[in-house]
Amino acid sequence: MHDLPDQLTNGLALGALYGLIAIGYTMVYGIVQLINFAHGEIFMIGGFGALTAYLWLPDGTGLTLALPLMLLLGVVCATLVAVGAERFAYRPLRGGPRLSPLITAIGLSLALQQAVWAFYPDAKKARPFPQFQGGDFDLGFVTLSREDLFIFIAAPVCMIALALFVAKTRTGRAMQATSQDPDTAKLMGINTDRIIVLAFAIGGAFAAIAAVAQGFKTGEVQFRMGFIAGLKAFTAAVLGGIGNIYGAMIGGLVLGVAEAMAIAYVGDIPGMEQFGGGSWKDVWAFILLILVLLLRPQGLLGERLADRA
Amino acid sequence: MRHRSLLILTTAVAAASLALSACGSRDDDDDGDSGTSGGGTTVTIGLDAPLTGDLSALGQGIKNSADLAVKTANKNKEVEGVTFKLESLDDQAQAGVGQQNATRFVGNKNIYGVVGPLNSHVGQSMQKGLGNAGLVQVSPANTAPELSQGPDWQSGKKKRLYDTYFRTSTTDAVQGPYAAQYLYNERKLRRAYVIDDKKTYGAGLAGTFSDEFKRLGGTVVGTDHINPDDRDFSAVGTKVAKSKADFVYYGGEYPAGSPLSAQITKAGSKAPVVGGDALYSAEYIKLGKKNVEGDLATSVGAPLETLDTAKTFMKDYKAAGYDLPYEAYGGYSYDSAWAIVQAVKAVVEDNDGKLPKGKEGREKVTEAMQKVSFSGVTGQVSFDKYGDTTNKQLSVYEVKSGEHKPVKTGTFQESGS
Repeated sequence: MHDLPDQLTNGLALGALYGLIAIGYTMVYGIVQLINFAHGEIFMIGGFGALTAYLWLPDGTGLTLALPLMLLLGVVCATLVAVGAERFAYRPLRGGPRLSPLITAIGLSLALQQAVWAFYPDAKKARPFPQFQGGDFDLGFVTLSREDLFIFIAAPVCMIALALFVAKTRTGRAMQATSQDPDTAKLMGINTDRIIVLAFAIGGAFAAIAAVAQGFKTGEVQFRMGFIAGLKAFTAAVLGGIGNIYGAMIGGLVLGVAEAMAIAYVGDIPGMEQFGGGSWKDVWAFILLILVLLLRPQGLLGERLADRA
Repeated sequence: MRHRSLLILTTAVAAASLALSACGSRDDDDDGDSGTSGGGTTVTIGLDAPLTGDLSALGQGIKNSADLAVKTANKNKEVEGVTFKLESLDDQAQAGVGQQNATRFVGNKNIYGVVGPLNSHVGQSMQKGLGNAGLVQVSPANTAPELSQGPDWQSGKKKRLYDTYFRTSTTDAVQGPYAAQYLYNERKLRRAYVIDDKKTYGAGLAGTFSDEFKRLGGTVVGTDHINPDDRDFSAVGTKVAKSKADFVYYGGEYPAGSPLSAQITKAGSKAPVVGGDALYSAEYIKLGKKNVEGDLATSVGAPLETLDTAKTFMKDYKAAGYDLPYEAYGGYSYDSAWAIVQAVKAVVEDNDGKLPKGKEGREKVTEAMQKVSFSGVTGQVSFDKYGDTTNKQLSVYEVKSGEHKPVKTGTFQESGS
């Protein structure tokens, strides 16, 4: 267990990334009860947006200089696609049977993936993503890589900003109201359509930041990256209690740490050599999900909603 | 308003699907070509490789090189009265798609031979369909031993499954042990950490490597299996770094291998990652950049740059102006296509300048393939009784200043036994 601090860092970094994506699932679900399965692709498009920004800059531009621009363009692309998806794919189906938007989401997810595959230059294979120069920070008990540092700064900043926005601003309170009861919120003069668009936009922006973080971590972006990331983030959202933004982040962290622990230590348990390592981490993560849902069907921080289920 | 947005969406989808179907129909037109044109016979060579997706760098190199072989055969009038044509299908590195492609090849009467595929698991899925139709297949890159020697090859009960299956690449039964001998004897490395991606190719390679490395006296200090679709390997990286392994042997392909190696380096390990021919790609270095410096890859055959026979190939490839490099399997793909050309030639010459039609023609080409022997891009090309290449040369490459540089070429010797 001598590498526990390092493995915890790995897990938390991965988990924070899942959490940022999970926010998008959870906000949209909290307000319109829609599982936006295309969210993984919005994450992927954020990554490609950031890469585009980097490619526009002259060669050899330092990452410190390029990073704000990359984040900006990534966020803009992802937000535009998220808002466009809401406007053209989901809004026409609102009020229809609940399965229709779900199927639409799956179709949209495939369409976005294939669109990037077909039209982004050279995206038929993985595109290299810029990397931080310079080594890790040795803090004595743990070494912290620059990629991990980025996510450890980005995730809390995003969370605090979102929490303040939801709790303190007028629009944020309108958002809470819409999520509690859309009809009454509308009667009180809240423009619920605008609130829904906003939920998609915030989700898209957070996904783009997560995509940049993943690009740094893995050194590449590719058209299929949204599928697994989206699946994991959705799991994180359910684990934390879907509809709850803090739950999404906590669910992400729990999932990330569980995966890291499964890779690092399960194989060391006598008799369990077969079940450790990278190929079994997803199995352990989902066993954890099932256990949590058995004991707390509403998720870690979820609330039992009497009027919807 | 609502109707208008729906209209826009429908138009967009319709336009997109039209564009897609236009791409699809081009191949079908090819199928419709008649067997004879301009008095001569047209022989189509099928090609199956991952032309899109993660492994497309290798796949496109395979396609372009086979295309070059076909063009060269036509230019030189290699077979009197026969014009060759290439029909390429994309298998996306998926077994299911490969199987469908095999069916399409079988259905096209002008196809007398198939080059491909790249992946061993795709090869496995194509063998049966092609075998039943008597259609010969030459893979430039399949390295799983069971494809030619049957599932029990390790216990010595070698049995050829399909007479139609040939390959110009050597197998993992040679490649894994060769790497083990090189690392143990010449690099004097003793502690290995073995990782694979559970695919036919990766697990096979890791298995043959571990067996030989342990037999030589080395220690495997840790093993792990990863999912080939994952890209976050930070936890595996930390495990490797703490294990104090001298090197990591990775059985798998470059799309996961490169980030894996980069993240092992980032976790603070100096251990180089060593792998098979599927890591020997320029993409591996492009994705991993400085973090994969010092990594090693074995690949089948001698480096093309050192072979006289390969010089013409490299010159012609350049002159043909393909937009992508020939990559690891270019030479083998050229030789595979050329082997089909030679087999067709033998049949035509035996048969008064005519190629028998249908299944008979295909079976004759398969028979002729067994006896093919010529000096190809990668050396002397001929096949043993399992359909494996008789050329057992291998090379080790090291990533030095952003390029794969050859460090050793040799012929595999079974040591001890």
